[in-house]
Amino acid sequence: MERELTLVVNGERRTVRVAPDTPLLYVLRDDLGLNGPRFGCGLEQCGACMVLRGAEAVTSCRLPVSEVGTAAITTVEGLASDGELHPVQRAFLELQAAQCGYCSSGMLISAAALLWRKPHPTDDEIRAALDGNLCRCGSHTRIVRAVQRAAQLMWEVEA
Amino acid sequence: MSGAASGSGSGWGSTRGRASFFGEPTTALDDRLAIAPDGHVTAYCGKVELGTGVRTALAQIVAEELDVPLDRVHMVLGDTGRTPNDGYTAGSMTIRRGGAALREAAAEARSALLDLAATHLVAPREALMVHDGTVSVRDDPACAVTYAELIGGRRFERTITGKAPTKSAADYHIVGIPAPRVDLEAKFTGQPAYVHDLRLPGMLHARVIRPPSPSATLEALDDSALRDATASGDVRVVRRGDFLAVVAEREFAAIRAAERLRPTWRATAQFPPFADLHDALRQSPTADQVVAEHGDVTAALQHAARRLEATYFQPFQAHASAGPSCAVADFRDGALTVWCSSQGVFALRDAIAELVELPPERVRLIHMEGAGAYGHNGADDVAADAAVLACELGRPIRVQWSRADEFAGEPKGPAMVMEAIGGLDANDTILAWEYQAWSPAHGNRPRAALDLLAGQLTRREVPTPRAFFGGGDRNAPTDYIVPNTRVTMHWLPREPLRTSSLRSLGGAANTFANESFMDELAAAAKTDPLEFRLRHLTDPRAHDVLRAAARRGDWGAPLPAGEGRGLAFARYENSEAYVAAVAHVRVNVSTGAIHLLQVTVAHDCGLIIDPDGVRNQIEGNVIQAASRALKEEVRFDATGVTSLDWQTYPILTFSEVPEVVIELIDRPDEPSVGAGEPATVTTAPAIANAIYAATGARLRQIPFTPERVLAALRPTGPR
Repeated sequence: MERELTLVVNGERRTVRVAPDTPLLYVLRDDLGLNGPRFGCGLEQCGACMVLRGAEAVTSCRLPVSEVGTAAITTVEGLASDGELHPVQRAFLELQAAQCGYCSSGMLISAAALLWRKPHPTDDEIRAALDGNLCRCGSHTRIVRAVQRAAQLMWEVEA
Repeated sequence: MSGAASGSGSGWGSTRGRASFFGEPTTALDDRLAIAPDGHVTAYCGKVELGTGVRTALAQIVAEELDVPLDRVHMVLGDTGRTPNDGYTAGSMTIRRGGAALREAAAEARSALLDLAATHLVAPREALMVHDGTVSVRDDPACAVTYAELIGGRRFERTITGKAPTKSAADYHIVGIPAPRVDLEAKFTGQPAYVHDLRLPGMLHARVIRPPSPSATLEALDDSALRDATASGDVRVVRRGDFLAVVAEREFAAIRAAERLRPTWRATAQFPPFADLHDALRQSPTADQVVAEHGDVTAALQHAARRLEATYFQPFQAHASAGPSCAVADFRDGALTVWCSSQGVFALRDAIAELVELPPERVRLIHMEGAGAYGHNGADDVAADAAVLACELGRPIRVQWSRADEFAGEPKGPAMVMEAIGGLDANDTILAWEYQAWSPAHGNRPRAALDLLAGQLTRREVPTPRAFFGGGDRNAPTDYIVPNTRVTMHWLPREPLRTSSLRSLGGAANTFANESFMDELAAAAKTDPLEFRLRHLTDPRAHDVLRAAARRGDWGAPLPAGEGRGLAFARYENSEAYVAAVAHVRVNVSTGAIHLLQVTVAHDCGLIIDPDGVRNQIEGNVIQAASRALKEEVRFDATGVTSLDWQTYPILTFSEVPEVVIELIDRPDEPSVGAGEPATVTTAPAIANAIYAATGARLRQIPFTPERVLAALRPTGPR
């Protein structure tokens, strides 16, 4: 049975009418019209569907929407603020850190969460943090450099 | 425009394969280029963006040749209703062929515009110059007219003669300079970017329920668990022959319905035991073809001072795109439109038209990006699924394959067996080289309804084997100077699994075998592998990449125990880019674990259009090929594929990827050749040769799993 639920997505309260066991991914894509979270496996194995819950990166493909509550959900659409791209987005653009880009939103979310908890990660820490995000095109080395660049950009913003 | 190309749908003659591969390019300038009243340029190309950045690179070529700013050029790609038929986007030919066609068109347009300007400005053509889409008189810059004023919104009505002068590379100011890709910001900010993001009003979501293998038949269907949902109209079950699908307003309802439907499939065992795969390939009936021969290899092998033999194995591998295939189809007013990520929208248009029994001119295919495909994955099949359902239901239909659908349904990169016999003379020079490979078809892109899973299932027929085997022999011959050589392909008309094109086709497996064997010969000759290769090559471009890779990859520098460097070289397709790679590995001899530390690549693909784009391609090739070499193998049981997710088909993760060091050799006076595949082929042999250098273990079977490393170590032990 469908139920009315209120979510907080990208800073806005959004009310949807869905079956409560619907994974958050389909609510974000189909009910709220977002594209950032992507379907990659539906098995929590690849990270393409990652979103921020609070400041933590989580997969959304099996997370029942009824368990989300009013935790702040952020997708890549909500990473930018005041019309300015988030440092991870700017750094990925600057380094052209993608090929097909299908996995990029999950990478951006993972990277944003990492830099929140660890503003100056080592390369190994970046690799470890992104191990749950699969990339098939082989953009890994660029992505690691882009996360390092994002860390720099965040530091510049703060300084 | 070149919807006119749909005339090709009438016949199924022998030229068809060629037409679908190379397309039927146009000579009408207006089919290629249009200049709007505001000066914006639209260029049309039947090639498509596969996530490699060609949309940007093709726009660079147009902007350069036409002398307009890059941001004023908009590319329309792969739309049977709007673009010329430029054949498949495959074989690293987008820049070479699609780019060449656009360059000619843009040069023709520039020439036409200069003619118009000469009249308009009342000045001789020779006195004119062009800058940013404005033509002016060189000695009187105020005397000027823009492209928009000359032709904006009107047609050229001119033929592409191929004779309009093109710029010399020395004058380039857009081509050859890294340009930010036009598609990435949308992808990084969640704007619609993929076919997965297309939402049409009234669109329904579908999931297709597949049999374990294409020859299985649907015996019974238990839909009792869906009774409430079907009674309320929330879910519809569609069955045509053995084609079975569920359709719902809500995507998750379709997913759940697909899980709850209980079909009974009758599947006959059709696959050999997994462990016997390579014996099965060797024992299958084959059609044999000598693809290269000179000298007398049989006699030379008899006279050789030393003779060496080795057999190498390539498993079935998956494209394993990051996003499973997706398509949207809409059937209204007797016409069908399908949005999909096919690499060949024109050929697929004809196959789908046959499948849904519409004339090809009533079917339009529009390419939208999918996740990176690297060859023929599920993109064509999912488009057919959506087409069948849209025609059946009369509503726009979105079909999204599951992860398991993709792994089970996508055509696999073929398993192969490669056997090499070499003979050295008394001076340790290669006297004879006999090479044989057993290979299923590498080119099964759809041209007819039965080439599509939906066609096979709705009609309950499996297609007859193709006569086209091409691609498996790619890089089967080497570029080494050997006086007596024979290269034979043993083509398997039937394969255990459905196969088709995977990045580089046979190039990866053949180069793995050839370059491993070259290393084995060098070891037998007790000669440094670099020196041994150089001695058998005369082409200076081959020498240059090998020396550059060796220099950047610290070839010959001392390493700690358990580490080693391996070298590999190839000229892709024996006629395209030159590439050499040095892999650096560390091997744990007690566990067999391989740590791939670095791959250094020297790469010569002629004139470089976009250096950063080429680097990005090389990095991707190396990392993906390393993943294939170290981890990837599609497993199956008697009735179906059992590698169905990322745990049963693992790929390289961030912690495992090597550093990739790249040396680009730019050749402004040589034609541009593709960079989308060459660096794939040298990666596996460089790694195998590095493992040998580190441990003395010779890995002849991909993937190089720890178990195989340990098995290879056992007879010889660490060096």
